[in-house]
Amino acid sequence: MAMKERTVKRTAQPLVVKNLNLSIGGTPILKNINLELPAHKITCIVGPSGCGKSTLLKTLNRLTDMTDDVHIEGSVLLGDQDIIKASGVELIELRRRIGLVPQQPTPLPMSIYDNVAYGRRIHKLSRAGRQMHKSVLRYLNAVGLVTEVKGKLHSSASRLSIGQQQRLCLARSLAVEPEYILADEATSALDPISSRTVEDLFVKLKEDYSIIMVTHTLSQAQRIADYVVFIYMGEVVETGTADQVFNHPQHELTQNYLKGIFS
Amino acid sequence: MKLKSKYVSEVLVRALMILSIVAVVAFVISILYIIFHKGIQSITWAMITQLPQGGFFISGEGGFLNAIVGSLYIVLAATVLGLLISVPIVVYLNIYLKKDSRLGYFCRLTFDVLYGIPSIVYGAFAFIIMIAVGMKPSLLAGIVVTTMLIIPIMVRSMDEVAREFPRRLLDVTYSMGATRWEAMRVVLRQIMPGLTTATLLSVGRAIGDTAAVMFTAGFSDFIPKTLGQQTATLPLSIFNLLTMPSAKVQEKAYAAALVLTIIVLIISLTGRYLSGRVSKNKI
Repeated sequence: MAMKERTVKRTAQPLVVKNLNLSIGGTPILKNINLELPAHKITCIVGPSGCGKSTLLKTLNRLTDMTDDVHIEGSVLLGDQDIIKASGVELIELRRRIGLVPQQPTPLPMSIYDNVAYGRRIHKLSRAGRQMHKSVLRYLNAVGLVTEVKGKLHSSASRLSIGQQQRLCLARSLAVEPEYILADEATSALDPISSRTVEDLFVKLKEDYSIIMVTHTLSQAQRIADYVVFIYMGEVVETGTADQVFNHPQHELTQNYLKGIFS
Repeated sequence: MKLKSKYVSEVLVRALMILSIVAVVAFVISILYIIFHKGIQSITWAMITQLPQGGFFISGEGGFLNAIVGSLYIVLAATVLGLLISVPIVVYLNIYLKKDSRLGYFCRLTFDVLYGIPSIVYGAFAFIIMIAVGMKPSLLAGIVVTTMLIIPIMVRSMDEVAREFPRRLLDVTYSMGATRWEAMRVVLRQIMPGLTTATLLSVGRAIGDTAAVMFTAGFSDFIPKTLGQQTATLPLSIFNLLTMPSAKVQEKAYAAALVLTIIVLIISLTGRYLSGRVSKNKI
């Protein structure tokens, strides 16, 4: 009897950040962050360079573990699971539930097919063979790559254009069926056309996934954000819907940032 | 005036670089020419297919198949053992330890020191241990000491490649929920060409080294059937043949050197071909 494809139960829970403090080598980077990031929305984290946007994003996936001398307090809750306190198998499962699209397109040193299949293999989501093939095509289709890579599925992923590589990275993240997708300035290395393609994808994907995006480009946030978090010097200054933050900012720092007085 | 001096220095540096390349290429070509020229003249089919017969070293009949097989036994076993020990060390240093780890620094320093120790010291050290434990020269002792000799070469060469590994690849692998073991496999795929080069360097050193095996592997006119038996090796055979007073015997040394060079060339070209195949997906 053929094994059925493993389906992952996906919920629509908000990601709740409570009293989060993070320091690296004794220097505070994030200070008392409290947030509730809504499900099935695009949340854009904006703020000037070095304000802690990317660090906050990495904390949500616990990639901060890779940084030396990091100290974290507080909690990041997905349902009843605390990402900060998770370890072992629980952490691996939480990372699967919160995928990451890196700033720079980073295909794995494998073929296009294996890049998408990699996550499904390590989490045993599909069996090798026809089942895996169907899954790979499904996720390549989700990012609009399936026709572009037709006939070269088994060639190296590094041969794709930068824009295609970033969409492949997105397909790879989607293939492990996450609930949240973290995008760390995912379009900053792309040309305007590729950047717009990825933006459109995010808008399409929010029906099924919750997207948290760090962006340096205010116009991009204005185009796609449903919810906005403005961070300055490691502290959350203002949060709200895109309309609230962009059109009726309450805080003087937000107003100045939007006017371009600092960036 | 300033432009002219820039032009002169540019021409001088360029000339120096070309001269260096020509010197190295000429050096390699002259070695290969002497070995192939003299070796082809003296080599016979019997030399590579037969064991030495009575008085081989006094221009007798037979060949040096015992040394060919002995060298291949030692180099293959030492390479496999060396890889089994070196790869986990390199992975531990680069994935499990933090970049500024003191243990990592100490390990690298230790391997640098071991890298610089002459092979005769390895041989002498192993010989002392063998005497202490009452062990006679054997194939096993030759394999062990050759493994010890190539581990620092493998570790330091692989480590240099692994240190250049893009850390963002590890980040994306972990971000998907991969374990360290699963991440390690991605790392190995990326650094595979470097691993191949490091292995080839080690194989070249292992197959060509005389001093370490002189004390430990002994010498025999036969192909060893067990690990406890002594074995001949090609470098030691070349040494023995070259030190004989007869010119006819000395010619056989060039035949053995030719075989040794061809083996190294075959291993090197095969390694590069395989490396090219596995690295086609490297980013």
